Amino acid sequence: MSTAAAVDREPLLELRGVRKVYGSGTAAFEALRGIDLTIQEGEFVAIMGPSGSGKSTVMNILGCLDSPTSGSYLFRGVHVEQMSRRQRALLRRHYLGFVFQGFNLLARTSALENVELPLLYRGEPARARHEEARAAIASVGLSGWEGHTPSELSGGQQQRVAIARAIVSRPALLLADEPTGNLDTHRSREIMGLLSALNREKGITILLVTHEPDMAHSAQRIVHFVDGVVDSDVPNGAVH
Amino acid sequence: MLWNSLVLAVRAIRRNVLRSFLTILGVVIGVSAVIVMVTLGDGATQSIKDQISSLGSNLLVVRPGQRLGPGRDEAGAPNFKVEDAEAIASQVRAVAAVAPTTRANVTVVYQSQNWSTNVTGSTNAFFVTDNWRLASGRMFTDAEERGGQAVCVVGETLRKELFGGGNPVGSQIRVKRFACEVVGLLRSKGQGAFGMDADDIVVMPLRTVQRRVRGSDDVTSLQVSVREGASITSAADAIKSLMRERRNIAENEDDNFTVIDTKQIADTLSGSIRVMTMLLGAVAAISLLVGGIGIMNIMLVSVTERTREIGIRLAIGALEHEVLLQFLIESVALASFGGLIGVVLANLVASVAAGAIQVPFLFNPGVNVLSFVVSGLIGVVFGYFPARRAAMLDPIEALRYE
Repeated sequence: MSTAAAVDREPLLELRGVRKVYGSGTAAFEALRGIDLTIQEGEFVAIMGPSGSGKSTVMNILGCLDSPTSGSYLFRGVHVEQMSRRQRALLRRHYLGFVFQGFNLLARTSALENVELPLLYRGEPARARHEEARAAIASVGLSGWEGHTPSELSGGQQQRVAIARAIVSRPALLLADEPTGNLDTHRSREIMGLLSALNREKGITILLVTHEPDMAHSAQRIVHFVDGVVDSDVPNGAVH
Repeated sequence: MLWNSLVLAVRAIRRNVLRSFLTILGVVIGVSAVIVMVTLGDGATQSIKDQISSLGSNLLVVRPGQRLGPGRDEAGAPNFKVEDAEAIASQVRAVAAVAPTTRANVTVVYQSQNWSTNVTGSTNAFFVTDNWRLASGRMFTDAEERGGQAVCVVGETLRKELFGGGNPVGSQIRVKRFACEVVGLLRSKGQGAFGMDADDIVVMPLRTVQRRVRGSDDVTSLQVSVREGASITSAADAIKSLMRERRNIAENEDDNFTVIDTKQIADTLSGSIRVMTMLLGAVAAISLLVGGIGIMNIMLVSVTERTREIGIRLAIGALEHEVLLQFLIESVALASFGGLIGVVLANLVASVAAGAIQVPFLFNPGVNVLSFVVSGLIGVVFGYFPARRAAMLDPIEALRYE
């Protein structure tokens, strides 16, 4: 799946006039004010913007963790904003993978068990679970570390485990929210290299939220958010 | 699905072994307390029943006077005669045996040993009514009974105290101023009813005691054994009306004798022990409830502590009911595990304690199973609220929770 051929196909994600308001009355705060955004299968998109620009909010909506106040969100042509909490959970289970800034691994739980978690919820049998989890751990370059708990791993390694957990169920979309925020430059580059490789080699669509331009450079396309609206949406390289 | 939740729950419990153990301690103690109380209560009831039935099978005791126990109203109530016993035996059909009995406190001497005991004068029927069997020797002959000869049958305590554990049959003991030949030894009954030593007994022919010990032909009680299968109550009623007639008691007068039904006493006693057992069991059950509250408390703490974990699970795609089930299974697994430990512990404690207070240890499967099931139910009831709280969390908030 290359981006060039994606034009005449149904987009993976589509936001149409999405607005999100927190609170009500005079205390109401409009985090998103009419977002239109289309992402094709296989793209690697970076969302940038200062804090408070609405990039986390849009991330939560795209991740089906939150619903827009108005407007619509289509995932492969299906209206997510009309889904129930349960349906959104099932959508996350089968199509989405998450990588967070704080790694968010289960404490005192081995890397293998952490990576197995999404498969457990999919109801895969134990043997298949172990095999797939080992393969995912190998694909992030951590073979041999399966039995280690998060406290026994470095930050970079923890984030690799988190990435393995996000990709183990072969998601259609990988959402990475400031994945390098807690890492030094060297480790950050490694993680970005890993994400690029996953996008290139496995064709996983990646949506990266970051405020570091350096990290956004790995993406093919950069979307800038300012004050709840899309300020610019350009292919990478055209920014400068 | 259920299996997965179980796997997750076990993993969560394993992650914090010490806390899991402390959490279930309340249930362990509660379950043990219930089982120990009920088991010991059962044992005590059984022990009372055994002791009373050792007094005699289907035994009715007829005594002069109205009241039982201390301050018995015997004054003015005439004793019985041997003929009363004969009348009961011949006129009340449900009766198997009647033993006219008289008692006296005596000191018996054998060589340099002496022992203060109770001598019972009766007929061979006494061994039937009061459920005695011979360990060795023989009962009385007709000639000995009729002639009031100086022969006796002794209990195990006498053998120990006077004969140092040796065989007493054939020896002569001195009772008051006459020598008496021991012709038989009674088989031990052990501890008797109400903590009395049943084996501290010397039996002589009725006439021997009347003439040589008491110096009167009174009979102080009639031991009546009722035929197997016959109604004890109606036998007692028949004896009552017969005795009223024989003692010339007018319509409007009260009885000047009492018919005591030992089985009824046994039932009354074991009934009150059952009530005690239920009360103690209920108190123990409250401690089980407190144990449940302990589980709820820790589960609530655990949910708060693991907010982020719940957020991760929800983000990954766990459904509400899966998170609910995970926490519910966790609390049920904890509680049932506590219940299991409690059952094992209780039976260990109960068997040791039963030995210590000298009641039989009776394994009660009902209360064991029930306590275990209740411990599981406690896990469900007290785990539901925390589990629901976990399931209802907003994933975004939960992921942000520090």
